[in-house]
Amino acid sequence: MSSPRARELFGLLPVSLLVTAGFTAVLLTRTEQVSNVTLVYGGFFLVCCLFAHLFIRARLAEADPYLFPLVALLAAFGLVMIYRIDADLAREQAQWFVIGLVIFCATVLFLRDIRTLERYRYTIVVAGLVLLVMPRVPGIGEPVNGAYLGVRVGPVSFQPAEFAKLAVIVFLASYLNETRDVLVRGRFGRLSLKHLGPLLLIWGLAMFMLVFIRDLGSSLMFFGGFLALLYVATGRLAFVVIGTALFFGGAAFFASTVGHVQDRIAIWQDPFARGVVDDEGYQIAQGLFAQADGGLFGQGLGQALLELPGGSTILPLAQSDLIYALIVNELGLFGATAVLLIYLLIVARGLKTALIASDGFSKLLATGLTAVLALQVFVIVGGVTKLIPLTGVTLPFISYGGSSIVANFMLLALLLIVSDRARREPGRGGLVA
Amino acid sequence: MNRQITRLFALVVLLFALLVAFTSRWTVFEASELEANAANRRGLLEQQRVPRGRILARDGSVLASSVGAGRRENRRYSRTYPLGDLFGHPLGYSFVDRGQAGLDQSLDPELTGDDDELSTIVKELSGDSVRGNDVRTTLDPGAQRVAMRALGGRAGSIVAMEPRTGRIRVMVSTPGYDPNTVPERYRELNTAAGSPLLNRATQGTYPPGSTFKVVTAAAALDSGRFRPASIVDGSSPKTISGRPLSNFGDQDYGPITLTDALTNSVNTVWAEVATRLGGETMADYMERFGFGKVPPIDYPRDQTVPSGLFNRGRLLEPADRRVDLGRMAIGQERLQVTPLQMATVAATVANRGSRMEPQLVERVVDRDGRVVDQPRPAEAAQVMGADSAAELTEMMSKVVEEGSGTAAALEGGIRVAGKTGTAEVDSGSTNQAWFIGFGPVDRPRMA
Repeated sequence: MSSPRARELFGLLPVSLLVTAGFTAVLLTRTEQVSNVTLVYGGFFLVCCLFAHLFIRARLAEADPYLFPLVALLAAFGLVMIYRIDADLAREQAQWFVIGLVIFCATVLFLRDIRTLERYRYTIVVAGLVLLVMPRVPGIGEPVNGAYLGVRVGPVSFQPAEFAKLAVIVFLASYLNETRDVLVRGRFGRLSLKHLGPLLLIWGLAMFMLVFIRDLGSSLMFFGGFLALLYVATGRLAFVVIGTALFFGGAAFFASTVGHVQDRIAIWQDPFARGVVDDEGYQIAQGLFAQADGGLFGQGLGQALLELPGGSTILPLAQSDLIYALIVNELGLFGATAVLLIYLLIVARGLKTALIASDGFSKLLATGLTAVLALQVFVIVGGVTKLIPLTGVTLPFISYGGSSIVANFMLLALLLIVSDRARREPGRGGLVA
Repeated sequence: MNRQITRLFALVVLLFALLVAFTSRWTVFEASELEANAANRRGLLEQQRVPRGRILARDGSVLASSVGAGRRENRRYSRTYPLGDLFGHPLGYSFVDRGQAGLDQSLDPELTGDDDELSTIVKELSGDSVRGNDVRTTLDPGAQRVAMRALGGRAGSIVAMEPRTGRIRVMVSTPGYDPNTVPERYRELNTAAGSPLLNRATQGTYPPGSTFKVVTAAAALDSGRFRPASIVDGSSPKTISGRPLSNFGDQDYGPITLTDALTNSVNTVWAEVATRLGGETMADYMERFGFGKVPPIDYPRDQTVPSGLFNRGRLLEPADRRVDLGRMAIGQERLQVTPLQMATVAATVANRGSRMEPQLVERVVDRDGRVVDQPRPAEAAQVMGADSAAELTEMMSKVVEEGSGTAAALEGGIRVAGKTGTAEVDSGSTNQAWFIGFGPVDRPRMA
C-alpha cells in the first residue's frame, strides 16, 4: 500500500461512504424512506471520482495522494449540504462537478510541463485582468448585492474573478521568481520603478477591485495571496508590513469615499442595530442566529430551520455565502471545526508540495495557489463569523457555484502537476533561501 | 524560500484557529445572548412546529385549538378560537408574531407539552411528535353568553365564581375582542377607545362604592363589636375625619339597626362603624379578604392587579394615619378594586367566611387522554366565622328583598343576597354601577 495512487484509491473509500451516508440522512428527514436517489447520487459520485483517479494514475502517477481525496471529501460534503437545501440546486452542482472534473483532466492533459505557463505569463495576466473587468461592462455584467462579480452571456453566467485569481497567481509566481534576486538584495532606495512597478500594479489592482468592482472579499484575497508570495519569494517581512499598510490605508481612504465599502464595514460592526438588522444586516444577523442555534453538536443533518412560514428563507443564500452558517447550524462547532481541519490539511499538503518542489517557479506557484485557497476560506468563514465584514466569496468546493468549482478544480490540477514533478525530482527540501 | 513557506503555514494555522475561536464565540460563549436577541425569531418559529394543546370549556367545547398548515418539515401550527369574542377575555391569545396574553399565555408550559428535554428527545427518537396537553377550564359558555347579553354592549365586567370551590364560571370584560383578529388588528386593538385588550375583571380598577360596605360589615360582625340588631346612629350629615358626610339624598335615618343600615346603604352609619373599629381591624379584615395582594388566580401575573388603597400608584396601608377610614368604609377614599376581588368578597360570605383561591383550570389532559394535573380547590384564608357569615348573608338578603338591590331578585323562589354600589368617578359625570351578590341564599351556588 505504499504507492501513492493506491493510497489515493484507499482514501476515496471514506468519501463515497460519506456521500451515501449524507444523502441518506437528508433523505430520511424528508420522506422517511430511503429511495433510489441516494444510491444514484452516491454511485454517480463514486464513478466520477474513480474516473478522475484513474486519470491521475495514468498521467500524474507520483502526485500527492491525499489532495484529491480531501477535495473529493469537501465536494461530496458540499453536494450533500446543497441537496439538503434544494434538490434542483444539487443536480446543477453535480453537473458543475462533472464539468470541473473534465476541466481538471483537460488541464492535466494539456499542461505537460508547468513551465509552459511561464512563457505565456503576460498573456495570462492580461487575460486575467480582462476577466476582472468584464462584470463592469454594461450589457453583460450583473451586480449582486452591490458587487460586480457575475457575467451573463446568454444562458451562461459565471464569475470571472475565480479564474482571474488563477491567472494573477501564475503571473506573480513567475515574475517574482525572476525578480527575487533584486528584491531580496536591493535596498529600498535603490529599487527602480521597473522592479517596483508590477508590485504597485497589484496594489492598484486590489484597490481597483475595491472601488470599481466593489468586491471587498476578492480584494482581500488577491492582495493577501500577493503578499504571501512576496514574503516567500523575498523573505523580507518589510514588504509584507508595507504592503499591509498600503492596503489598509487605501481601503480606509476608499471606505470614506465609496459608500458600498463603508456600508459593509458599518454592518460588520453592528449588525443588530435597529433598522439595520432587518435590512442590510439581515444576512449576517441570521447567520449568527443560525450558528447559535447549532451549538456544540448542531441540530443534525437536515434538521435545521431553513424556512419561514410562507416559504421564504430564514437563512439567505444558505447555499453559497452563508453555507458555513448552515454547516455550524446542523453539525455544530465540532462539525465546522472538522471541515476547517480538512481545509487545513489541504493547505498542509499544498505547502508541502511547495517545500519539495525543485525550481523557484514551481515553489512559488504551489505556494500562491495554496495561499489563495486558504485565504478564500478565511475570508468567507471570517465574514460569516463576523471576524471581518461579510463578502460574497465562495467556500471552495462546498459552496454552490459553477465558476467556483471549475476554477478550484483547475487549481487542484495545477497543484497536482507541480506535486507530481516535485515528487519525481525532489529539491533539497531543506532550508533553502 | 522553504523557511518562509513553513512560516506561512504557521500563519495559516493561526488564522484558522481564529476562525474556530470566532465560531465558538457564537456557538458557545455568546449563544444565549444571540438566542435572546429580539430579532431572532427562531425560538418562536420552533414553537410553531409543535401543535399547541387545546383550551376547553367545562363542558368540553373547544375554546382554542391549533390548526396546521404545510407538510412534513414545513408543517406549522397557528391558533384559532372557535367562539370568537365570547371568550376574548379571559382566553387571551397566542401568536408567534404578536406574543401572548391571558390564559393562552399563563398555560404556556402545559399547552406546549413537556418542557423536560430528555423526554422530548426520547419522544422524537421513538417517532412520536411532541404535542401539547389539553387544558379543561372552569368556564361555562352558556353562562358567559348570558352575562355578555346582560351587559348589552356597555363597558363593564362580570365575574361569576363558585363559592365552595373558587372556580370561575364567567369572566366577561367589555368592550372585548375576537382573538382571531389579533394578527391583523393588533395595533388597532391596542390603541382603540374602550381598551378592548384590557381584561377589566382582573386588571380594571374602580372605586367600589357602597359594595365595600360588605367588607366593613364583615369586620363589624366578626370582630364581635356589632350584631345585626345593634343600634347605630344614622343621622346625616355627620362629621367624619373633619369633614361633613351625608347619606344618599341627605336622608336622616336617626337610630337604626345595622341590618337596616345595610339595606338602605346608610353612609354615615358605616363611616362611624369603621372609625370605631379602627384602622388596625379594618386593615386586618381587608388583608383577609385578599386586598393589597395580587389575587392567587391561575392567570398571568402581569395582567392581574391587586385591589386596595392607591396613593399615586402605590398601595397604602389601611392603618396608615393619612387614610380617611370613614370614607374608605363606604367605598370612597382612594380605594381601587377589581371586579374579581369584589366577586371574591361575595363568594367568601357565601362560603361561610372561607375565601377560596380563584381557579380557572379544572384539569390538564395529555393527548392520550390521561389526566396530567388536576388542581384542587384551595382555601386562601378563613376570613370570618361561619356565624358572622350567616348573619351577613341575612343582612345582604334584605338588600335584595327590600333595599336598593331589588333589581337583582330572581324569580322561582331563589333567594339572592347582595349589595349595590354607586361610585363617583373623578370626572363627576358618570357614575360606576356595582353589584355583588350570591344565591341561592340557603346553599349558595354562584357568587
